[in-house]
Amino acid sequence: MNDAQDWTAPSTRLLVMRRIQLALIATPTITTVGLLGAFIGSAGLGGLLALVIAAVVLAWERLLHHRIRAWAYAEREDDLLIRRGVMIRKLSVIPYGRMQFVDVTAGPVERMFGLATVRMHTAAAASDARIPGLLAAEAARLRDALAALGEAKAAGL
Amino acid sequence: MNSADEHSAMDGTAIQRLTAGPSRAEASAMAGPAGEQAGEQAGERSDGQPIAGLAGGWRRLHPLSPLVRAGRHLVVLATLLLSGAVTHQQDSGGQGRYWDLAVVAVVVVIGVISWLVTRWQVDNGTLRIETGLLRRSSQRYPLSQIQAIDLVESGLARVLGLAELHLRMAASGGSAGRLACLRKADAEILRARLLALAHGVAEDSPPPPEQLLVALSTRRLATSILLSGQGVVTIGATVVFAAVAVAIPAAIGALGGAVGLLIGMLTAAWRRFNSGFELTVSVAADGLHLRSGAIQTATETIPFGRVQAVQLVEPLLWRPLRWCRLEVEVAGRRVRNENRPEGRQLRAVLPVGDHGQAAFLLSQLIPAAPTADRRAPARARWKAPLRYRYLAWGDSKTCIVTTNGRVRRVTRWVPLEKVQSIRRVQGPLQRMFGLATIHLDTAGRRIQAELTDRDVEEADHQLAVIPGRCRAARRTARLPRPFHGQ
Repeated sequence: MNDAQDWTAPSTRLLVMRRIQLALIATPTITTVGLLGAFIGSAGLGGLLALVIAAVVLAWERLLHHRIRAWAYAEREDDLLIRRGVMIRKLSVIPYGRMQFVDVTAGPVERMFGLATVRMHTAAAASDARIPGLLAAEAARLRDALAALGEAKAAGL
Repeated sequence: MNSADEHSAMDGTAIQRLTAGPSRAEASAMAGPAGEQAGEQAGERSDGQPIAGLAGGWRRLHPLSPLVRAGRHLVVLATLLLSGAVTHQQDSGGQGRYWDLAVVAVVVVIGVISWLVTRWQVDNGTLRIETGLLRRSSQRYPLSQIQAIDLVESGLARVLGLAELHLRMAASGGSAGRLACLRKADAEILRARLLALAHGVAEDSPPPPEQLLVALSTRRLATSILLSGQGVVTIGATVVFAAVAVAIPAAIGALGGAVGLLIGMLTAAWRRFNSGFELTVSVAADGLHLRSGAIQTATETIPFGRVQAVQLVEPLLWRPLRWCRLEVEVAGRRVRNENRPEGRQLRAVLPVGDHGQAAFLLSQLIPAAPTADRRAPARARWKAPLRYRYLAWGDSKTCIVTTNGRVRRVTRWVPLEKVQSIRRVQGPLQRMFGLATIHLDTAGRRIQAELTDRDVEEADHQLAVIPGRCRAARRTARLPRPFHGQ
């Protein structure tokens, strides 16, 4: 059933944002560890440590890339599909009638990139349905659409 | 336990099916001690004349309710004052006594004020409770949204002949309404009236007839608690503790922490015992009625339409006795003392019983419940060696059942109309073996029904089919049974 839908992915800006966040953490870490290694041991040790951490960061970046690419959602007639995960693949089906409320959050960094996260809440705590990295306009559209559909198809507990 | 013993224990809890008709408890509640009902909160006499129906204006709670609400804090205060009094006597008395009196006076005044400023009223199908002196708070509970009303009597309240009413609303969060305390007879009448209003019938219509289904024997309950994992650990800890204390008396001081732990474990065991003590389950038109309790007693209703999921647990140690436990998840949470939400415990409709009883109660909660007959594919053994033998699922038109568990088998029934969302999850190991798991999420977080380790094709097929079936089930879901319909 996965391929029959037209999936919408989060904005490509999400990946840019995550990469910048990663770089902002990685650069100082690499320099301090490298310098520390150089002062305590030798210049070679410092360089080696810096290389190791840089390799880890690059691997991390690949993982981020895959994780964000794996994330997608599809609006069907009666329910919303959300797919995510690289190692553990998850596919959630959330009926519109079951939605209790929808909220849109945007942290300071997300706002800088004009992004927002849409979260759907059902009465079940386990159905964790969120879509990160939507453009603000798309997030607002999705929120309104979901709210309208939820109202139209609402069902009691 | 020899086999003769076992046999008698099994017979101890026979299912009793009585013919329909008002149960004794309800009948006596309605007849009531008519002579005692005077004063501002008088309810209804046995002749059915509403003396002070719900229509009147504001009312107060029972004057002794602050005493009951204070509960254990009062015990702490009394101990403090007593120990204070003893020390004061030792050092020449005098001023200390006045301080004690002052503390008592302040506590009493606070109690009286809290009683004076708390009042309640039923108006326009809404229960309003107002409380607070400096920070007034006014709560409104639309009666039409009441799920159930529990009647709770704590130990102290029972001594004083009082009872509290806990309203259970549909919302899972927020504070639930609590009327603490009323005279017991009044509380029972008020409960019946509020429930009648909640179901949209005249407030003084008689409560629906009840039918007793199961009564739990104390002996079996005690045995089951001793044989539970918790019980075994508690016994082991007690034995070890006693042995150490006897062997090395000098070490007792060092065991201070262990004593606290032990007391905690014993309290937990006691709580389980209390909540199952003399439990009776009866069925009425509005749901299952549960009554139980040794010191603190409670009466609660589990409405039929509100059961989100049912779970049957067969613990390892109970297996030789062929016992099991039946638990339900109901939307909205129960409140215990002091508005503390119920912890991780589910409501056990049957804390311990044999499979016949469990099946009988299950048939009341979920008519025509299916059995799990589709086993997981054989290769799932490599991925889940311990669980494999229990992995199965089955379905009927309106319900899905799954079994799971490593050492104890847990069977879960989820009515399709209660499914909130459906998830397909596949980890790396499952991908290797071509397996996938389908989760059925229901309201509440304690019952997790999952079709574990199914063949990928089957899982995908079910993921495509189940949402539609849930939708159909929601549309045709039976309306709540009429409350007073005969």
